[in-house]
Amino acid sequence: MEEINALFNGFAVVLTPYNMILMVVGILLGVIIGVLPGLGGANGVAILLPLTFSMPPTSAIIMLSCLYWGALFGGAITSILFNIPGEPWSVATTFDGHPMAQNGKADEALTTAFTSSFIGALFAVIVITFLAPLVAKFALKFGPAEFFAVQFLTFASFIGMGAGSPFKTIMAMCLGFALAAVGLDTITGQLRMTFDFITLLKGFGFLVAVIGLFGIGEMLSSMEEGLEFKGAHAKLRLDAVLRTWKQLPKYWATSLRSCLIGVWMGITPGGATPASFMSYGLARRFAKEPKTFGKGNPEGIVAPETAAHAAGTAALLPMLTLGIPGSPTAAVLLGGLLIWGLQPGPLLFVEKPDFVWGLIASMYLGNLVGLIVVLTCVPAFAAILRVPFSIVAPVIMVICAVGAYTVNNAIFDVWLMIVFGVMGYVFGKLKYPLAPLVLALVLGDTAESSFRQAMLASQGSLSIFWANPLVTTIMTLGVLMLLWPAISWLRGLLRRQGGSVSA
Amino acid sequence: MTTITLNFGPSRITSRMTGRTLACGAAMFLATAAFQPDTAMAQGWEPAKPVEFLIPAGTGGGADQMARFIQGVITKHKLMKQPMVVVNKSGGAGAEAFLDIKVSNRDPHKLVITLSNLFTTPLGTNIPFNWKEITPVSMLALDQFILWVNAESVIKTPAEYIAAVKNGEDRQMKMGGTGSKQEDQIITVAIERLAAPKKMTYIPYKGGGEVAVQLVGKHIDSTVNNPIEAVSQWRANALRPLCIFDAKRSTYTGKVTATMAWSDIPTCKESGMDVEYQMLRGIFAAPGITPAQTAYYVDLFKKVTETPDWKEFMEQGAFNQTMLSGDAFKTWLTTAEKTHYDLMKEAGFLATGK
Amino acid sequence: MSTEQQTDETPLVSNRAMEIATALFFLLASSIVIFDSLKLGVGWKESEGPAAGYFPFYIGVIMALASLIVLFQGVVKRVGAGKTFVTREGFNSVILVLIPLIIYVGTIEYIGIYVASALYIALFMWHFGKYNIFMGLAVGTGVALGLFAMFEIWFLVPLPKGPLEEFFGY
Repeated sequence: MEEINALFNGFAVVLTPYNMILMVVGILLGVIIGVLPGLGGANGVAILLPLTFSMPPTSAIIMLSCLYWGALFGGAITSILFNIPGEPWSVATTFDGHPMAQNGKADEALTTAFTSSFIGALFAVIVITFLAPLVAKFALKFGPAEFFAVQFLTFASFIGMGAGSPFKTIMAMCLGFALAAVGLDTITGQLRMTFDFITLLKGFGFLVAVIGLFGIGEMLSSMEEGLEFKGAHAKLRLDAVLRTWKQLPKYWATSLRSCLIGVWMGITPGGATPASFMSYGLARRFAKEPKTFGKGNPEGIVAPETAAHAAGTAALLPMLTLGIPGSPTAAVLLGGLLIWGLQPGPLLFVEKPDFVWGLIASMYLGNLVGLIVVLTCVPAFAAILRVPFSIVAPVIMVICAVGAYTVNNAIFDVWLMIVFGVMGYVFGKLKYPLAPLVLALVLGDTAESSFRQAMLASQGSLSIFWANPLVTTIMTLGVLMLLWPAISWLRGLLRRQGGSVSA
Repeated sequence: MTTITLNFGPSRITSRMTGRTLACGAAMFLATAAFQPDTAMAQGWEPAKPVEFLIPAGTGGGADQMARFIQGVITKHKLMKQPMVVVNKSGGAGAEAFLDIKVSNRDPHKLVITLSNLFTTPLGTNIPFNWKEITPVSMLALDQFILWVNAESVIKTPAEYIAAVKNGEDRQMKMGGTGSKQEDQIITVAIERLAAPKKMTYIPYKGGGEVAVQLVGKHIDSTVNNPIEAVSQWRANALRPLCIFDAKRSTYTGKVTATMAWSDIPTCKESGMDVEYQMLRGIFAAPGITPAQTAYYVDLFKKVTETPDWKEFMEQGAFNQTMLSGDAFKTWLTTAEKTHYDLMKEAGFLATGK
Repeated sequence: MSTEQQTDETPLVSNRAMEIATALFFLLASSIVIFDSLKLGVGWKESEGPAAGYFPFYIGVIMALASLIVLFQGVVKRVGAGKTFVTREGFNSVILVLIPLIIYVGTIEYIGIYVASALYIALFMWHFGKYNIFMGLAVGTGVALGLFAMFEIWFLVPLPKGPLEEFFGY
């Protein structure tokens, strides 16, 4: 097979001691970036980029892409330990990751997250290796209507999450949509809900809201309950990795589903963040005991982490073949390619095979190296919880403040973070679900744009949402997911009528 | 701090249908020879800390690519002792970046690269900002616009394009572009006039790369992408250029595809679509900085444009290599602003009260 | 987040009161959204498709309806009446954390984020953790220096700086 040959040539390019060292350096930097909410992959890549001029392009891109893998791995750490998502795609990881840590299983949660990330990435790289040309064509099929259908499916798979009042779910989601609408409307260029406040021009940053709602909100609750981390006194056992690995195979179905969702969302490019949400929503929907989700079910970590990492990896494909970056970090990598005179596009695979296959080979190795690096550190990460609360708490507050500030370089955002923190605290107590709010905030804007773009294209006819088999399929799936609670209720009703077999 | 502003503003649009000729062009031609940095003065001042380089647009777009490219060139050739830090401030169609630099009075370590939103954002939104409130440093180049269709489209010339709009159903021709009430839509309105009374449908997207891919996927019928945004798809025979919105053909004669060079693309004007538009890529600094500080940056960007990397980048993106600084740049800006005002007024894009 | 109540403490606010207050907050938010959307237009616009206010308008209406139901449940059906939202003690400890946080953020603009962070950490440790103030200052300074190295030197992300940093030439 042609691809196998090319891949082995790629490995030959990558497997030099020099490149291996660059990989480790990249991964470590990436993990730091992933951990600190104030630094995104884009920062790291942008800063390293200048350093890479002294290297051959292949080595440089290996280091930069490893930094990217590191950031994907690292985002989960603070999500699990402190309920603070280091990166947007680790928000869904907090839902079950943090409760697991509170139950004293931080080490298992971290191992699950890292291993899932690795599996997601591996799956995506295999897809890229063998199906790149095919998959790239698939991405072209996505117009505004298809994008909207995907976003609709994401929302639909998430509706009915949480056992609380459905009205509160609706309120929280609407608030998310409303916050997402603030700022300049991309379709008409009009300002919405800014009321002439210049600070509102840029809208509400997703990370600012998330750091506040989750991080600060959690801190306030912990404070009320007495200055302590729950789960801090769990015994540290060094066999966490092996113990967790024994458990993981039973989640193979969720894992496979999440891989597919991730690759699909990465390629289209929907992005890692919606992929993680959709995957989490579906995992919960198809679970035998959905009620265990949100309380520390490892499956609730497997789903978002696998999908996020698969999406993050797959997103490099549209960047290489179409020149459209699937994430801000990919965008910066794209800039790097241009400086080295490598023009992303359909011909890159033909004209620069050494580079492309070197990069693909480095995806395999980089993720493997990354996994080893982060797994070794699991006990160290889990030990952070044992540092006295009154030392860690203010440090976390400071890191949150720095994180909120760096989103837009604005103090105003730090204030907003505190407001969101109080909101998170109050909402948590009154059982307003935060997940729909955050989902609406991250997807609201793009979903609205896609809808309006589709409407413009069809001149107001809704038939565009079933104009071709692809969009029809996605929309139908979405409607099914939306009606799922009703369907399962009906099923339950029928089963009960069929006799009390289970009772 | 000094702000580097790359202005992707339209430099001129001529539309015979409306009987208007916009004179930005004259200043531009003058400009070609007018890049005269004050090297002597430049030695008087140097940045003492990292220079923040603001981009009034998101990551991945044309401005972002150019800014990061410049950052790379400066670092690679060690043109500045202090590092350059690129910061995206895309909120409010770039208003965030402009307002940031506007309030950074006398800070020589902040630059902003501008696109045409330097003009269009304040005109379209009532955001309290005008380019006169910050310090123009230099114009690096003018970015071109090309009318693209899918390679499989039956439309092969600009005349056929207009005929297709005229003879088709109203609003059936879908034009994709970046942003709303900005350069792409302004050009679309100008083309639309040539096909009156038929209208076109303009669909705004977030970034130029996305627009090109949407055209390859046939979700839209045409685009006015900048060359750099569409070149790789053109080379892969997925897109077809119809014409370039410049007064003259491009001067780059190297083959881009197997058979064509940039210079082989006819101008829109010569092929019956009398529309011209180019976009400023320029650098601005904070208000109130000293002449020595301005001179330093003028000189710095002159050095950037003299590197072989820059020349290659220019050719890749078929940029019009027009450089201006000092008064010539200011004159150019004044004219370009007037042009935008007229164009936006005619298109009904002005915010109330402008 | 737990809502378990410790009965031996004085209840300060009931869940019902908080439910009503939150529902009112949502009502306020939705009326702002609806008001702004009406101003922008909520119908179909030539050349623009659904107007800028179209989507937010319906969001606002749905949010208002749902808030009214929750408000009704709180006021009429007295949902949450028996439960305590926060005890006096709990409220005090939250306020005790919130106020220093607000002061911390307030000072960032004047003394820079690094100095403010060092002081915040030091005082927090001293007050809540009963550590020696010097120990607090040591940890605070260490963290601030670490952040400084990471952001200003390593990743070149400029954070707000004050007189102290300026003194050292930043």
